[in-house]
Amino acid sequence: MIPVGFEYARPGSVDEALALLTEHGEDATVLAGGHSLLPVMKLRLAAPELVIDIGRLPELSYITVDGDEVAIGAGTRHSTVETSSVLATECPLLPAVAATVGDPQVRHRGTLGGSLAHADPASDLPAAVLALGGDVVLRSTRGERKVPITSFYTGVFSTVKEPDELIVEIRVPRTGTAGWAYEKFNRRANDWAIVGVAVVDGRVGLVNMGSTPLRASTTEAALADGASIADAAALADQRTDPPADLTATADYRRHLARILTKRALTTAAG
Amino acid sequence: MCVLMSIMGTRVVRIEDPVFLSRGATYTDDLTDERLTGALHLTLVRSPIAHARITNIDTSAASESPGVVAVITNADLDITPAVLFAMAPKTMARPFLAADKVRFVGEPVAAVLTEEAYQGQDAADLVEVDYDPLPAVVDMNTALDGDVLLFEEAGSNLAGALQDAEFDEHLFDDCEVVVTQEMVNQRLAAAPLEGRAAAAAWGDDGRVTLWCSTQNAQAARDEIAGWLGIDPAQIHLIAPDVGGGFGAKIGADPEFALVTWLAKRLDRPVKWTETRSENMTGMVQGRGQLQTVTIGGNRDGDVLAYRIDVIADAGAYPRLGMFLPFFTRQMAPGVYDIPKVESRARMVVTTTTSTGAYRGAGRPEATAAVERAMDLFAAEIGMDPAEVRKRNVVAPDKFPFTNKGGVVYDSGEYAKAIDTVLEASGYAGLRAEQAARRERGDVVQLGIGVSAYVEITGGGAFSEDASVEVHGDGSVTVLTGTSPHGQGHATAWAMLASEHLGVPIEKITVKHGDTDLIPRGAGTMGSRSLQTGGVAVYNASSELAELARTRAADLLEASVDDLVVADGAVTVKGTDKGVTLGELAQREQLRVDTVFDSGAASFPFGAHVAVVELDVESGKAVVDRIFTVDDAGPVLNPLLAEGQRHGGIAQGIAQALLEEVVWDADGNPLTATFADYAFPSAAEMPSFSLIEMETPTPLNPIGAKGIGEAGTIGATPAVQSAVIDAVAHLGVRHIDMPTSPLRVWEAINTATGGQS
Amino acid sequence: MSATVKVDMTVNGTGTSADVEPRLLLAHYLRDVVGLKATNIGCDTTSCGACTVLVDGESVKSCTVLAVQADGTSVTTMEGLEEAHPVTAAFRAEHGLQCGFCTPGMVMASVGLLSENPTPTEREVREGLEGNLCRCTGYHNIVRAVLAASGQDPQAATAHPSRSGA
Repeated sequence: MIPVGFEYARPGSVDEALALLTEHGEDATVLAGGHSLLPVMKLRLAAPELVIDIGRLPELSYITVDGDEVAIGAGTRHSTVETSSVLATECPLLPAVAATVGDPQVRHRGTLGGSLAHADPASDLPAAVLALGGDVVLRSTRGERKVPITSFYTGVFSTVKEPDELIVEIRVPRTGTAGWAYEKFNRRANDWAIVGVAVVDGRVGLVNMGSTPLRASTTEAALADGASIADAAALADQRTDPPADLTATADYRRHLARILTKRALTTAAG
Repeated sequence: MCVLMSIMGTRVVRIEDPVFLSRGATYTDDLTDERLTGALHLTLVRSPIAHARITNIDTSAASESPGVVAVITNADLDITPAVLFAMAPKTMARPFLAADKVRFVGEPVAAVLTEEAYQGQDAADLVEVDYDPLPAVVDMNTALDGDVLLFEEAGSNLAGALQDAEFDEHLFDDCEVVVTQEMVNQRLAAAPLEGRAAAAAWGDDGRVTLWCSTQNAQAARDEIAGWLGIDPAQIHLIAPDVGGGFGAKIGADPEFALVTWLAKRLDRPVKWTETRSENMTGMVQGRGQLQTVTIGGNRDGDVLAYRIDVIADAGAYPRLGMFLPFFTRQMAPGVYDIPKVESRARMVVTTTTSTGAYRGAGRPEATAAVERAMDLFAAEIGMDPAEVRKRNVVAPDKFPFTNKGGVVYDSGEYAKAIDTVLEASGYAGLRAEQAARRERGDVVQLGIGVSAYVEITGGGAFSEDASVEVHGDGSVTVLTGTSPHGQGHATAWAMLASEHLGVPIEKITVKHGDTDLIPRGAGTMGSRSLQTGGVAVYNASSELAELARTRAADLLEASVDDLVVADGAVTVKGTDKGVTLGELAQREQLRVDTVFDSGAASFPFGAHVAVVELDVESGKAVVDRIFTVDDAGPVLNPLLAEGQRHGGIAQGIAQALLEEVVWDADGNPLTATFADYAFPSAAEMPSFSLIEMETPTPLNPIGAKGIGEAGTIGATPAVQSAVIDAVAHLGVRHIDMPTSPLRVWEAINTATGGQS
Repeated sequence: MSATVKVDMTVNGTGTSADVEPRLLLAHYLRDVVGLKATNIGCDTTSCGACTVLVDGESVKSCTVLAVQADGTSVTTMEGLEEAHPVTAAFRAEHGLQCGFCTPGMVMASVGLLSENPTPTEREVREGLEGNLCRCTGYHNIVRAVLAASGQDPQAATAHPSRSGA
C-alpha cells in the first residue's frame, strides 16, 4: 500500500520548518521518524498536501542535563533514548520505556517528539513522560511556550499543539536511579500495550486506559496518604475510561491496571 | 546401491540457499522476464461491505485518473462465474468480479489497469460503487438457520453435509461417565509471507504464459482453463519461487484467471501482486469449525464411545474448505481404539472469506477435538491424562488397523511414542513442580499438556511422476510433479538421485512447477511429496542406474552382475575399467520416466508434551518448552525434517495461544493486518525439543511418511491442554482457542466466582 | 501527481540517483528503481520486517521509510553482504530459511542486531528479531543461526535442562 501523493520539503533548520508550518498550517504534516505518520498515510487514513521532513535536523537531537531537568530534543530517536548514558543515571524510566516501543527497526526511526505528538493513548512514552511530570516545549514563528504534559493531551490523537507549532524539546526531571518501574502487558512483544503502567517517585502513568494517557490520581493520593501498595494499587483504575477491543474488555483493562500498578509500585519500592 | 556411503539420512545443507541468501529467491513479483515487458498493473477494487446488493458502479472518474488503461467490471466479462470446488453447489459459484451482490469484505468488484503500480490505488479509490446493504451472516449457527440466504437460488446456506446414519441415541448407554463439550476450532489465516501474485503474457501462438504463486502448477493450469473455458494446453503455467503456502496456495485463485483473461482482453501482459490487507481477506483461510464432542467410558479409564458433531464454515463461496470435514470425520478417533464412534459434519456458507486448506487441513480439527475429549474424560474420572491415553491407544499388534472413520492406519507405535515423550520431558518431575507451585499458591503456575496424534499424509493423490536424465557432461536433471515452496526438494530429491547414481548433489538440478516441462503432477500438499514424488525420483534413479549398467555391459563387454554404479560412473568391480554416466549419455539419451503409486495414504503419528507458565493474575500463558515425538518413518535429511517439525510446532502454538481471524457482527474483518492478527514472532516462541522415533511404512521402498503437518497437529492440543491444566486446580475445565489472556482470566473468574 | 524530488543514495557501495515521487517508499526504490529484488514486502503495517535493510548501518523497515528520507545515506541490502558473511553462512548451516521470503529482511535484521549486540543470549536474539515474522521455521533455526554467527554454540545456548526431579 502506498500514500496519496504529496509535496515534500526538507527544511535545513527549525526556523525554516516553522516558516513552512506557518505558511501551510493544517495542510502540512511534520515527518520526523515517520513511524506513526507513514503507516496511516499508507493506509490512506491521512493525506497531507505537504510533508515537512524534520527527521535529520541536528538541532532537534540531543540529551543534556539542564539544572534539575534533562532536556531531550524532540527529534531524538527511541534507540538513542534507549541507550543514553545520561538518561541511564538521570532518568532511567525513559530508556526502559523506550526499549519496549515497537521493535529495533521502529526504534531506529521513531522519535520521542513524534511519539508525544501522535497522541496515541496506547503509546508507551506519553504515559512515561506523564508519570515523570515533564514538560513539552512548543515553538512556532509566534514564539515558544512550555506546556506541562499534564495539560498537553486533549483526546485520542489530539493535543493542545497548534497546527503551526512544532514540539522542539521534552523536559523531564532528574529522578536519579531509585523508585521507578514500567510494566507493559501485551500478547506479542512488538504489539501495542494492552495496558501499561509507568511508576516513578510515587507518580503513576497509565497506557491505554482512556482517550489520553492518564495518571492514576487516586492511587497517587492514597500513596501520599500512606496507603499500602496493595491498597493503593487497587484504586489504579478509578477515574479511567478504558476502551474495549479484540484483546481486552474494559473490565479486563481495569483489572490489568490494578495488578500492573501493584507490580510496578512493588518493583519501584525495590 | 552404495550402502556404506549412503547420503540418505544425513544432514545435507540446502543447495537452494546460496542464491536465496545472496540475490534472493525469485518470486512472481520479482520476475523480469522479457515477456512481461510493458506489463499493466492490476489493482482490484474490493468490497468494503460484507453483504450487499450492488446498485451502481461508476468508473468514469477512475478512467480519467493518470495512467489508467482500463477499468473493468462484471458487465465487461464474458466468463461465467466459477464453481470453486468440484463438490460445491452450482448455485454457489463466484463471479470473477462481483455481479449483482457482494458476499464478503474483500470480494473483487472492479479491476483497474494502470501503466505504473503506484497509479493503481489512486485510480481504484475513484471507482464509486453504490451498495444496498443486506444483513451479514457471520455466525455458523445463524447461517444454518437460513433466515438470511447468501445465494437465494440455493434455497439454503448449506454447502454440503456428511453423515453415514442418524446418531444412535443409545451410543453412550454402556458408559459410567459421559462428558460433553462444545468447542471452537477457530478460523486461521495461513499467512504465507508472500501473498498471492500472478503475471500473464499471451504469445502470438495463442498460448499464454502464466506465472503464479501456487503449490501445484498442473492443477492450477487445469482449474484456470476450466474457468476460462479454454484448452489446458493453451496455458504454460510456471510457479516461480513460492514464498510459503501452507495449503492456502493449493490450485489457482479466481484472481489468477482474471489476470489471464485481462491480459487477453487488453492484449498486454498483466501483473498482479496483492497487498497484505487484500491477502487477509482474499486468500482462503483454515479451520473454522464448531464442534460438539461427547465422550463416554468407565471409571477404570476405558473409553467406550465417542461422537463429534461438526459445523464447518465454508465462507462466502465454497472451496476446498467445504471438503475438509471429510478428513475430520475420518480421523475422529485419532490414535484411540474406541469401540463406538459417530460423526457428522454440516458445511455452511457465511459472509466471510472462503476457507481452504491450512497446515493439517481437517486433521488438526479432529485431533484437537479428541484430545480435548480425552482430557475432559481423564479429569472427570480423576486419572492422569497421559495414563488415560496410553490405556486407550491402538495396540502395536493391531496394524494395519482400520479405524472407526474407515481408514487404514499403516503402522504405528502409539504407546511407545507417548512413553518416549513423557520420559524426555521429565513428566513426573514436571508434575511434582506443578504440585509444589499449586501448594505455594504461586502467581506463575505450571501447566502440562500431553497430546497424542495420528494423521493422514499423502492422502490426496497417491501417484506422482518423476523423470531423471543424465547429460553428456555428467550433470543430472530431475523433473518432479511435486512443487516445493520452502520444503527443500531441490536438495532432498538430489539426494535421492545421488543415492543411486553417485553423482554429487551439486551437479543435480531439480525442476518443478513448469507445465510445459512437466505436464503431469499433483504438487506439494498434504505432506505427500517425499512419499510419492520423492519415491518416484528414488525409483527412477534406481532404474536409471540399472539402465546404465545394461548399456555399460555391452560397451565394457562385462557381465551386468560385475558392474557397479558409483561416483557418476559404471565400473567393473575390482578394476579401474569403466565408463562415466556422462559418456553413456553422449552415446544415447540416458533418461528414465517413471510413476510411483503408493496406493494408499500413510499415517505418521506422535506425541507432544507442552509446558506453559501461566500468570494467574493476568491470565497470560507462555510456552516454556515443548517436547515432541513426530514419527514419520525413516528420515531422508534430518535438517529438513526438523525444519518441517519446527514450523509445524510454531503454527500449532500460534493456534493454541494467539491467532484467530475475527469479524464483527456486520461482517467487518477485525484482523485484516499483521498488526491485528496475532502472528507470533521469535519472542513468543521457545526453542523446541525434538525426540527421534522412526517407524517405517510398508507403502514405499524408503519407508517414509509425511512430516509437513505433524508438528501442527500435535502441538495445538498439547499447548491448549497445558494452558487449561495450569488453571485446572482453580476449577477451569475448558478454554477455547486461542487461549488468550482475556479468555484465561474470564475462565478463572467464571470458575472461582471472581474470587481468584 | 506531485513534483518529483531528486534523491542520491549509496546502495551496497554503489551510487544511485533518480527523480522520484516523494511518496515512493524506499523498498520500492530498491526494488523497482535500483532493481535489487531481494528485499521483499510482506505487509502494510510495519509488522513483518521482510523489507528490513540497513540505512547508515542501522536496521530499518524500508516499507516505512520514504526514498527521500534516505537521500544522502548509505543503504545495505542482503545483496550487498560479502559472499561468506557469517550471518548468511550460519543461516545456511543451521537451516534458518525455508521459503526464503522473510530471509533478506531477517538476515539484515540479524546483521543489525549483531552490530549492536555482538554476543546476544537466546532471549536477546528472540527479542532483537521481534520485528521480523517468519511463517516457515518457527524461528528455532533462525535463533540458532544468529547465535552461531555470533561465535556461540547454538546447542548450548538453546538447551533446556530437563526439570525431572525438580
